[in-house]
Amino acid sequence: MNSYLIDLSLKPTTFDLWHICLAGTVAVLAMVLIALLLVMIISMSRCKKRPTQQVAVPMAEPVVKIIEKIIEVEKIVQAPAPEPLVLKESTPDAALQLLSLLQNEARFIDFIKEDITAFNDADIGIAARVVHEGCNKAINEHFTLAPVRNEQEGNKITLQDGFDASAVRLTGNIIGKAPFTGTLIHKGWQVTDIRLPKLTHGHNATIVAPAEVEL
Amino acid sequence: MSNWSDLMQPGTNQQDLADNKPAKTKQGARYSVGIDLGTTHCVLSYAEVSDIDDEQFSPQVMAIPQLTSPGSVEEKQQLPSFLYQAHEAELAEGSTSLPWTAKPDQLVGEIARNLGSKTPIRLVSSAKSWLCHAGVDCKEPILPAEAPEEVERVSPFQATTAYLQHLRDAWQNQHPEAPLEQQDVVITVPASFDPAARELTVDAARAVGLGQAILLEEPQAALYSWIEKSHGDWRNHAEVGDIILVIDVGGGTTDLSLIAVTQQDGTLELTRVAVGDHILLGGDNMDLALAYTIKAKLEQDGKRLEAWQVQALTHSCRDAKEKIFNHSDADNIPLVVASRGSSLIGGTLRTELTREEVNRVLVEGFLPRVAVSDKPLSRARTGLRTTGLPYAQDAGITRHLAAFLTKQQGATAELDDINLPEHATFLHPTAVLFNGGVLKADALGVRLLEVLNSWLAAEQAPEVRLLMGADLDLAVARGAAYYGYVRKGKGVRIKGGTAASYYVGVESAMLAVPGMAPEIHALCIAPFGMEEGTQQELQDDEFGLVIGEPVRFRFFASNTRREDNVGTRLTYWNNDELSELDEIEITLPAESRKPGEIVPVRLCAAVTEVGTLELQAISQKDGNSWKIEFDVRERE
Repeated sequence: MNSYLIDLSLKPTTFDLWHICLAGTVAVLAMVLIALLLVMIISMSRCKKRPTQQVAVPMAEPVVKIIEKIIEVEKIVQAPAPEPLVLKESTPDAALQLLSLLQNEARFIDFIKEDITAFNDADIGIAARVVHEGCNKAINEHFTLAPVRNEQEGNKITLQDGFDASAVRLTGNIIGKAPFTGTLIHKGWQVTDIRLPKLTHGHNATIVAPAEVEL
Repeated sequence: MSNWSDLMQPGTNQQDLADNKPAKTKQGARYSVGIDLGTTHCVLSYAEVSDIDDEQFSPQVMAIPQLTSPGSVEEKQQLPSFLYQAHEAELAEGSTSLPWTAKPDQLVGEIARNLGSKTPIRLVSSAKSWLCHAGVDCKEPILPAEAPEEVERVSPFQATTAYLQHLRDAWQNQHPEAPLEQQDVVITVPASFDPAARELTVDAARAVGLGQAILLEEPQAALYSWIEKSHGDWRNHAEVGDIILVIDVGGGTTDLSLIAVTQQDGTLELTRVAVGDHILLGGDNMDLALAYTIKAKLEQDGKRLEAWQVQALTHSCRDAKEKIFNHSDADNIPLVVASRGSSLIGGTLRTELTREEVNRVLVEGFLPRVAVSDKPLSRARTGLRTTGLPYAQDAGITRHLAAFLTKQQGATAELDDINLPEHATFLHPTAVLFNGGVLKADALGVRLLEVLNSWLAAEQAPEVRLLMGADLDLAVARGAAYYGYVRKGKGVRIKGGTAASYYVGVESAMLAVPGMAPEIHALCIAPFGMEEGTQQELQDDEFGLVIGEPVRFRFFASNTRREDNVGTRLTYWNNDELSELDEIEITLPAESRKPGEIVPVRLCAAVTEVGTLELQAISQKDGNSWKIEFDVRERE
């Protein structure tokens, strides 16, 4: 069998096509690198300039406006470019509360945390009844759920222009313009009312189920 | 019969004046508030009453904020009537605060029931049934009855006060502009409550500042709710000559009442003509009976159940029973009792509740097909009994109903509009109104009607009509709120008065026979059907009372002897005619008199506007009056 040996002390004696290709590639990559660096420098210098321009706009405009029209001044102050979106931070309390409700009513965490591989389906089925019944009770007690669409699943429905894209998600062959006609795959769920328990001050919500000691 | 206010004579002491003041409807009250102070749940309903018509009356049910577990507060329409005596180390600091207080005096509601389900020795339940329990002093701390010495006890009266206080605070929190003590408040009590229990309920209301509250019988409240819900249409569903039977099967008690429909000057009138005995039998017995059936079934398979498993089984039986009753296609419902540890799979107990079992235990066990001549069995103790309260010995509600209708055969004798056939062996009702959560199950309601109709058919009487449209859980509170409105002179009012006649026991003046106790005569001091705001005085019999010494009388009631007047002396009576209540007691204070002096007094009975019976001893010398106490049970 052929085997390729690598000898680092060897020096090329001929200048063949492979070496031409290598040299060319190195030259091209160097060019690309230089070009990228240039672009970055330019864009960074532009970014630095922009804020100063933005401040300048509102600063300048009110001077031009007539002083009596205070309302307009206010409008202009509100005008600056949209602030970068800050994502909503969800509070852990509500999530912990829901976990606690599901654990207390339905033994939810017990069930999820248990290794079910060793058990047969019949045993898991019995436990699943506890979880299902309890979850059903907990969810019904604290949330009012309604389908987003009341049509039968599998039916054709038509969405008019301006439909709420957060309530209805289009999938598949999305082309053309509204109205869209398609098959209702899932009717969706929405919470129309929520009745979570209020927590007392000083309640440690991270204890979703206290340890139980019988005396 | 003279007006109650005529009684107020100069020289009456101040305490009595305050007590006897007729409780008029509050001037300028914005709301009419109805409180259903139930054995297992309390409900508060209210409606604005300023200048509205009958059709506009729309009571709402207040959502009651309550602790459900340590640290969490939820709003629920019902406040479970439970109180939990927590150990000081049991609950973390600050985990029991409510919207209106950082630390409530008593833990009541859902949290009490939840904690108590795992620690029954600290749970106070059925306080209301204790109020009407002869032989205990309801202001003595006796509950929880089976707790170890160390657990702090409360009296049934304190527990009732705690529920009322929670309701009052919840109201105040939601309506800071309309304090509850300035509204018209109606509190419901079982029709079978004796005078002492009624008085205790009013005392409890007074203790939380609701001195203006008046009482209403629960079955009447249910009928008021039906009238209110019909928005004036009830006149098309009731006709002259009707006898409406109200069957109220709650969590802990069964309450029966008969209301006659008569006519006066062309308008329909309603009169409550009879109430049943206090029967401690209800939905809780049913759940327990199912749990014991399942327990027996499991034990046959060699599985022993621990106490907590039976408890959990009772809970799941309640849910499973409802599923079987509400879904005609579900013939067996799996019951699971999860293990207590964190390992859920494998340790969970599974069994089934079948339709056949539900029918056998509940329908046949609690509503058996019986003849109207059957009497409730006594001395047949079953596994349902717990020590303490005098629970009904016969679980057959239909037998109690048969006994009630037979006993009250003469209830309508004085009403011209009601004509009972001559061969009738019981009072024939023509309409039925259901109340109480138990009767939400169609199967039970259908069976009750079937049994009732079989009795009527045997005497060629027409079948009863079922009055529809009542909300079985909330009707009593709604009806109570409507009653507050009716008292302003609007809508229709059910007449009734006292549901019993009352007697004191006096020793007959006969020659002493060695070895024999002197014979007791019953002297009528308040007749049947005494209306609110009236009083009657016993003219011919005087009693000599010794100043400073308590004097006791034996006290009797009858809910069938309608013809007795004040002063009627009974020398003989059947056991089922008169029932003995707790003794009553008079103590004449030694204020301006010499102790030991004997004062001649006459006894006087009055029914207050509030709906309680008041007995007084009136001095023949100077017109002074002293209140006769009811709640002297076993006080040593």
